[in-house]
Amino acid sequence: MEFLGGKFLQVFIALAAFAALIGLIMLIVDRAPKSVKDKLTIVGFLAPAAILMLVGLVYPALQTSFLAFTNASGQPNGVDNFVWMFTQPEALATLRNTVIWTVLVPLLSTSFGLAYAVFIDKARGEKILKALVFMPMAISFVGAGIIWKLVYDYRGPGIEQTGVINSLRVALGMDPKQFLLDAPENTIFLIIVMVWIQTGFAMVILSAAIKGIPMELVEAARLDGANPWQQFRNVTIPGIRGALVVVLTTITIATLKVFDIVRTMTAGNFDTSVIANEMYTQAFRAGEPGRGAALALVLFLLVLPIVVYNARVLRQQREIR
Amino acid sequence: MTVMPAPDEAANTSRTQTRKDRSRPASPEDSAPIMRRVKSKLTSRWATAAAVIIATIWTVPTFGLLVSSIRPAAKQVGPRSDGWWNFFADWDFTFRHYVDVTAAAGSQSANLSQYFVNSLAIVIPVTTFVLVLASMAAYIFAWGNFKGRDGVFIFVFALQIIPLQMALIPLLTLFTQVLKLPPGSYAQLWIAHTMFGLPLGIFLLHNFISEIPGEVIEAAKVDGAGHTSIFWRIILPLSVPALASLAIFQFLWVWNDLLVALVFSGGTADVAPITQRLAEVSGTRGNKDFLNPAAAFVSIIVPLAVFFGLQRYFVRGLLAGGLKG
Repeated sequence: MEFLGGKFLQVFIALAAFAALIGLIMLIVDRAPKSVKDKLTIVGFLAPAAILMLVGLVYPALQTSFLAFTNASGQPNGVDNFVWMFTQPEALATLRNTVIWTVLVPLLSTSFGLAYAVFIDKARGEKILKALVFMPMAISFVGAGIIWKLVYDYRGPGIEQTGVINSLRVALGMDPKQFLLDAPENTIFLIIVMVWIQTGFAMVILSAAIKGIPMELVEAARLDGANPWQQFRNVTIPGIRGALVVVLTTITIATLKVFDIVRTMTAGNFDTSVIANEMYTQAFRAGEPGRGAALALVLFLLVLPIVVYNARVLRQQREIR
Repeated sequence: MTVMPAPDEAANTSRTQTRKDRSRPASPEDSAPIMRRVKSKLTSRWATAAAVIIATIWTVPTFGLLVSSIRPAAKQVGPRSDGWWNFFADWDFTFRHYVDVTAAAGSQSANLSQYFVNSLAIVIPVTTFVLVLASMAAYIFAWGNFKGRDGVFIFVFALQIIPLQMALIPLLTLFTQVLKLPPGSYAQLWIAHTMFGLPLGIFLLHNFISEIPGEVIEAAKVDGAGHTSIFWRIILPLSVPALASLAIFQFLWVWNDLLVALVFSGGTADVAPITQRLAEVSGTRGNKDFLNPAAAFVSIIVPLAVFFGLQRYFVRGLLAGGLKG
């Protein structure tokens, strides 16, 4: 265990240095003359986070935008990278898969999560039922990849199956299937993994929102003779609209950036690659940083409408306040 | 890892629909109320059944992993292998795989214990940095007074959505060529994770901190408290639920990360986190495949413990202020 010492020392030094920095900021702000105190506080409190975000996010985003218009050796090549993206069959498959992911994952996760939240709202043992579905959120994508490789495991026909699904298929008299190899449906089987993870997130947020709907509204609807479905459509859904937007936004963004699942389960082979994975492959494996950057830029453009929409909602909220 | 089911609470939340309907007289001509009663009863019974089915489907994959991890190698791979559910027929189990993946030496071994320590050494400082820096910034965005505050805040919110992938290449160049951060240390990972965690952290904490009643802060100011003492003595103690939930979020996020690790760690046992090692050993198809379930389970034990131990905070802080739309 001799390796522990050095690692512990590193962590200790980092935390001590950080504490010293924060202490210094607080001291300067506190001792400042009254005339500049407020301004200095704002600068002192914001500066560390602002510098990190400018260096870590804003500058790289700008840099990548330029990189997207260069070739493998760093020379400007106009829109060649984008032409490659929209003409090469493999790159097109990547774009197509990304679209399928971003449509299906938010839709399915939110539907399952909402249905489950409504179901357990009337069930016994609600907490434990919640914990079971929420659990995949705590598992890394890599871990999830291994878990689902076991589920999808394939053995040739006639041999004892070790995967749950193929075992069921054989029991029902079907042939075992190579879930991760057979394009194009293998993308769907990867998507199922992401839905498995994200449903818990949707469920928890939506369940809390459902409980936040005033009881009087539900009562009133019932007295007016609304059946459960009508109550759901006319009371529950409008009552949780805000939460639905948050959930759909968060899951959509998470899905657009999905990388680990594809990386660990198929590494993007067999026509399953998505933009986030292809970007990594191009930039760090194939030595084509320009293409990688172009893919990242497309990813950002895809997310942009969601940002604009949410920023507007946010601004409206702040005006009300 | 205990989850306390709370039957009382579940019973309270179940709407008293059936009881209400029963008290109403149903005339034979009026078929609608009967239909409704039947329907609402069905709904709750079917709802429970559906919930249990979904919960089962959601749990079986993880359960299968747990069972596989204690089955002997010969049962998992090779000619005599069969599905993990056969465990309940043969009860043949071993904990050797866990010893193998954590303690065994040699290049063939996964040797996860070092990587496990790395994960902790990465995640603890990052969580601290993000919590402190984000709460300082969130305080200013909520209670500081400067021109263009709201505009800057919305800009920070938008930063959340820059794909990590966009930042990796320039950041790697910056770290290695400009800042000359030493390879084989955690510094690159700490800084990168902190940078990426800040926008969401500021956003979540701001929602919470901005809802602290203004009178509390005014009263402190009248008593002569400055910004620093308001921040440390009032804001932070009142924000504990939000801080806890962000801490869990950040912890899970960094612990489970693979992409940032792949780019910045260099992949050695000195720095690389457990996810990266796991991806390596599970990615190479070989004669050690039977160790994968145990390795995977070692890597998910910490996040599962954190999650089950602290899940009440997780939900409570996450919801703070963010959902009123």
